[in-house]
Amino acid sequence: MRNTIFSLIAISMLIGMLIFSCQPHVSIETAQYAINGQKLYVTHCQSCHGAKGEGLGMLYPPLTDTAYLQKNRSKLACIVKNGMTGPIEVNGKIFEGDMPANAELTNVDIAYILTYITTTFGNNTETYTQEEVKKSLADCRM
Amino acid sequence: MKRNLTTYLSVVALSSALFACSGTSEKKLPIIGERETEERVVDGKTVVDTIYHQIPSFSFINQDSVEITDKDFDNKVYVANFFFTHCPSICPTMQRNLLKVYEKYKDDEQVAFLSHSIDFKYDTPSVLKSYAEKLGVTNKQWQFVTGDKKAIYGIADKYLVYTKEDENAPGGYDHQSYLVLIDPQKRIRGAYDGTNDEQVAQLFVDLEILLKEQ
Repeated sequence: MRNTIFSLIAISMLIGMLIFSCQPHVSIETAQYAINGQKLYVTHCQSCHGAKGEGLGMLYPPLTDTAYLQKNRSKLACIVKNGMTGPIEVNGKIFEGDMPANAELTNVDIAYILTYITTTFGNNTETYTQEEVKKSLADCRM
Repeated sequence: MKRNLTTYLSVVALSSALFACSGTSEKKLPIIGERETEERVVDGKTVVDTIYHQIPSFSFINQDSVEITDKDFDNKVYVANFFFTHCPSICPTMQRNLLKVYEKYKDDEQVAFLSHSIDFKYDTPSVLKSYAEKLGVTNKQWQFVTGDKKAIYGIADKYLVYTKEDENAPGGYDHQSYLVLIDPQKRIRGAYDGTNDEQVAQLFVDLEILLKEQ
C-alpha cells in the first residue's frame, strides 16, 4: 500500500515536471512569430549565417552576439531590409564586406525573422514587433 | 543527348539498389561518365579495354596568381566544385560543408580541394585570396582558381556540372552545387549536393572508401 502511494506521488511529480518543463518562457505570439521567422530565415539568411546563426569564418558574421543584438536592436530591421557595408564588430572580431539588401521582405516578414533571430540566437524573450520594424526603417541611416 | 551528373547519379543509385543484395563485402565506388571500349591485340588475342571519362589537363590561375594545373593533383584524391565569391544563394552552404571536409583532411597530402570561380569578371586572384583567408583556408591543399570564361565553363562540362552566366539568377550566375570526387586517375567517382547534409555525410564515407582503394 505504502509503495503504491509512493509510486503514485513519484509518477505525478514526473508528469508535473514534464508539463512545466514544456511551458515556453515566451508568449504564444512570440512563439508564432519565431516559427514563421524560422522558415523565412532558412530561405533568406541561412546560407550565409548558418542554421545555428554561427556565420562562416570571417566571411559572414555570426548572429549569436547577444550584446550586439541588444545594443543595435533598433537598427536590425534596417540592416535586414537594406543590407549593410562593413566593417562591423561582432563577438570581438571585425568583419568586412557587404551584406546584400532584402528589399522584397515586407514589414511583417522582417518582424518574424528578427523575432526568430533575437529569441533563438540571442537571449531575448519579446516579439520584435511590426511597430519596431516601421520605426527602424523610418530611422534608417546606414 | 547531353547528359549531366543528375542522370548519371540516378543510374548509379538504381544499379546500387540492384546490386545491394549481391553480398560483396568491400564497397567500391562507381566510375561515373560515358565510357568507350577499345580493342587491342595482345599476343594474337583480342583484348577489350574500357576507356573511362577523365578530367582532361587544365591550367588556371590560383589565389596567389600562380598557375595550377592537373599535375598539381597527380596521385591525389580531390574534391572539385564551382562557386563565386559574392554568390548569395547556395555557395555559402556548399563552402561551409566543404570546409568541414577540408578541416578533417587538413595536412593529409593524399587529399586536395579545387574550387573554380565562375565569375571570371569579378573574382580576380586577390579577391579569391581574401575569400580563402576569411573562409579559414590556411594552406595550399585547397586551391581557388580563375581562368577565362571558355576554360572555366569548359572544364565544368568535363566535371558534368552545369554552369551558366544568367542575369536572372541570384548574383548573375546559375550553377549546380555538386562536390565532385575525383580519383588519382582523374576519373569521377562520386558527386554530392553540397547543400544537402545527407549527401555531404555520404561524401565523408565515400572519400574514406576511395582512399582505401589507393
